[in-house]
Amino acid sequence: MPKLSIDGQEIIVPEGMTVLQAATLLGIEIPVFCYHPKLSIAGNCRMCLVEMEDHPKPVASCAMPACEGAVVHTTTPSVKKARQSILEFLLINHPLDCPICDQGGECDLQDISVAYGRDASRYALNKRIVPDKEFGPLIETAMNRCIQCTRCVRFATEIAGVPELGAIGRGESMEIATYLEKTITSELSGNLIDVCPVGALMSKPYSSQARPWELSHTPSIDVQDAVGSAIRLDTRGAEVMRVLPRQNDDVNEAWISDKARFSYDGLKYQRLDQPYIRNKNGTLVLASWEKAFEVIADHFRPLKGHQIAALVGDLVEAEAMVALKDLMEALGSPHIDCRQDGAKIEANPRCSYLFNTTIAGIERADFCLLMGTNPRWEAPLINARLRKAYLATALPVATIGLPHDLGYPVASFGNDPFIVEKILKGRHPLSTALKEANYPMMIIGQGVLRREDGAALLQVARKIAEKYEVVHHKPSTGHWNGFNVLHTAASRVGGLDLGLTPGPKGYATHEILKAASAGKLKAVYLLGVDEIDLSPLESTFVIYQGHHGDRGASMADVILPGAAYTEKSGTYVNTEGRIQRSLQALCPPGEAQEDWRILRALSTTLGIPLPYNTLEEVRLRLVAVNALFEETDTVQNALWMPFGEEGKISSDPFENIIESFYMTDSISRHSVTMAQCRQDNVTRETAHARNA
Amino acid sequence: MAKYGIWFRMKCKVANPSSSSCEPFVFSSENEAKIPEILSRYPPSRQVSAVLPLFELAQRQCGGWLPPSAIETVTAMLGMSLVRGYEVATFYTLFNLKPIGKYHIQVCGTPPCMLRGSEELLTTCKRSLGIDCGETTKDGQFTLNEVECLSACVNAPVIQINETYYENLTEESLQDLLEELAAC
Repeated sequence: MPKLSIDGQEIIVPEGMTVLQAATLLGIEIPVFCYHPKLSIAGNCRMCLVEMEDHPKPVASCAMPACEGAVVHTTTPSVKKARQSILEFLLINHPLDCPICDQGGECDLQDISVAYGRDASRYALNKRIVPDKEFGPLIETAMNRCIQCTRCVRFATEIAGVPELGAIGRGESMEIATYLEKTITSELSGNLIDVCPVGALMSKPYSSQARPWELSHTPSIDVQDAVGSAIRLDTRGAEVMRVLPRQNDDVNEAWISDKARFSYDGLKYQRLDQPYIRNKNGTLVLASWEKAFEVIADHFRPLKGHQIAALVGDLVEAEAMVALKDLMEALGSPHIDCRQDGAKIEANPRCSYLFNTTIAGIERADFCLLMGTNPRWEAPLINARLRKAYLATALPVATIGLPHDLGYPVASFGNDPFIVEKILKGRHPLSTALKEANYPMMIIGQGVLRREDGAALLQVARKIAEKYEVVHHKPSTGHWNGFNVLHTAASRVGGLDLGLTPGPKGYATHEILKAASAGKLKAVYLLGVDEIDLSPLESTFVIYQGHHGDRGASMADVILPGAAYTEKSGTYVNTEGRIQRSLQALCPPGEAQEDWRILRALSTTLGIPLPYNTLEEVRLRLVAVNALFEETDTVQNALWMPFGEEGKISSDPFENIIESFYMTDSISRHSVTMAQCRQDNVTRETAHARNA
Repeated sequence: MAKYGIWFRMKCKVANPSSSSCEPFVFSSENEAKIPEILSRYPPSRQVSAVLPLFELAQRQCGGWLPPSAIETVTAMLGMSLVRGYEVATFYTLFNLKPIGKYHIQVCGTPPCMLRGSEELLTTCKRSLGIDCGETTKDGQFTLNEVECLSACVNAPVIQINETYYENLTEESLQDLLEELAAC
């Protein structure tokens, strides 16, 4: 633990810390460009020069380890002069086009120049020109502005695992480029925009759309996968202008996926902003809320509870789910299911459906087995964590299922579900691998759970976990739970926590669909259900509540316009079981309403008023249903208990559950940007196939 | 001169290898035999370091330039990403990324040579060959480049033509030399 002094303040820091980090701990600001806390140290911008006693020349504090007895000065005239000179050099070839640059107002180069630079330039020669690059539909480039900090190169190589960006040429002709003008093939490519300290890499959809000082910032939670990334919604007026990550080291570190960042334009198209009723001719016509509620009440009046069913989609927050559950209970219906894809997973015990290791816990693992999952598409940030663990500790990863390029080496053991049984019986190389690891983990994807034999496979997986001590409590290694289920729906864990599964004699999703087509069910309430084939509901009375005119709405007899995740304060539970809250950034469009309010209002018309009138009261109800909802932002370890069902495993191979990463829900399906990304991907893959 | 340089944005293709559609590069059997020895110079965990000698070997086989296909073959051989190889190839002036003439004239322009008349030598080359730096004559005989110190300052000014140094040159002796080379 070296002790050093910076500007006369003494500090003791852990071994291996740099002078820059020590200064940050003391609250002393040192300007940086190439240094990024989540990337490797390059030390090439020289902006962080400081004076150290016993060193003849200024030293780069980002790369200098804090050592015992060091005396550092950051405010001396020589440091001031060094900073001015570095900035002068950086600005020699910088175009100074801040008035037309999207980064203006939130630019490191701008801020640091104002704070530490000279007042005027002494440079009078021509500036260099660097041709702009084509990095695909998400990233706009203005390479003249690049100061060659190489943060983007390091991000692509280290975090994204796609070493496609490089610094080509040397000296004054050095530039950032890809080989052969390729677009960047990463689901995390949008983060390049964030790491760029200047305006060289910018968001294409946000290009020339807004200035940072016009935007209101609202902290929120991403709902487009089950990771629950912390995001910030930047809004102007009634529009989301962009989505940025917030740092949460337990979940998404400083990154978000491209879908979370760029699909916001889908919120503008095909929105439901008025209640609709299907008239006698079969066409949907505008209606008032009262009229729509009356139609529902008229339909429900002669029905018995067991003739009504409800399904919940993937983007729904806990508040709406608990309101729907209470409404169905009040109607006397046991038919409710939050597993629209038919995943064979039960609401009890909690350990059976959580990512128990936690996302940050992946870094402790020393062996990982993937079952029927492609984490790169299903949860890009969990994949980034796996890659981080691979880089730090060479984490061995094995997979059973379709082989995918995940950005780190993966040993593929074929796509045969019987391997899972073989592992349990100890007759497979993976048995030994699991047994020998101190911190083994297994990740079970929805590709396993959606199958007919999902429950049987889940049970075998549990037995494997028990037999090979994937879940253990040992004096040597402490508590470790390596059993993980990777969800793809933001609402799923919340739904299971609230018990949105069929009650006694209740029907699950496929039974609801079957019973509806057989005429046993008379009415079905769809809360944001868009991902499944709803044609069996043809002859049933269907109520759709949601925010997009997608598959569900096209089936509906009554459409109740709800709010998208940006337009309501909601509680979401991520795949780890972390309960997180988002804040409302905008008002829902037109006459649309927050979802729990719609259900509350409907309950009054139905004559069974729900016992809550404010968001606070709904949240108290959440806590009453499941006490876990009291504590947000933390993960509570789930107790290990037996689960799964005895059953026969079929020999069908595991399948991909996501056809295209860029289009997985009603928001991203309506996003133009996501459509372009998908098209780009298809073009690239076709070209790739042709070349091969 | 204007106080500030004129700056404008260019939307054009990067000076990147045109495409990888040409024939894949394969080392000749003679060169192939040299590869194990080259790789053995580097520790097992640092095999990627062999990229420089392998690029050089490939460049020699291709007649003095390094085509994209050779970069692709060598990087694949060493298990490194394409862009890492491309970074190396663009960093070193040793590697020519465009075909060059039969004679590659490299005129040293560093101060000792400059003081002894390298600027005149460069002008002589340009005038006599009718090309500028970085260009190749139409008949494919000569490529001209100005380079940094060739480490032969003792006999400045110096010109390197392919792998031979020509020292203590004057405009006349250079003119003779060029004519001699053009004749053969």
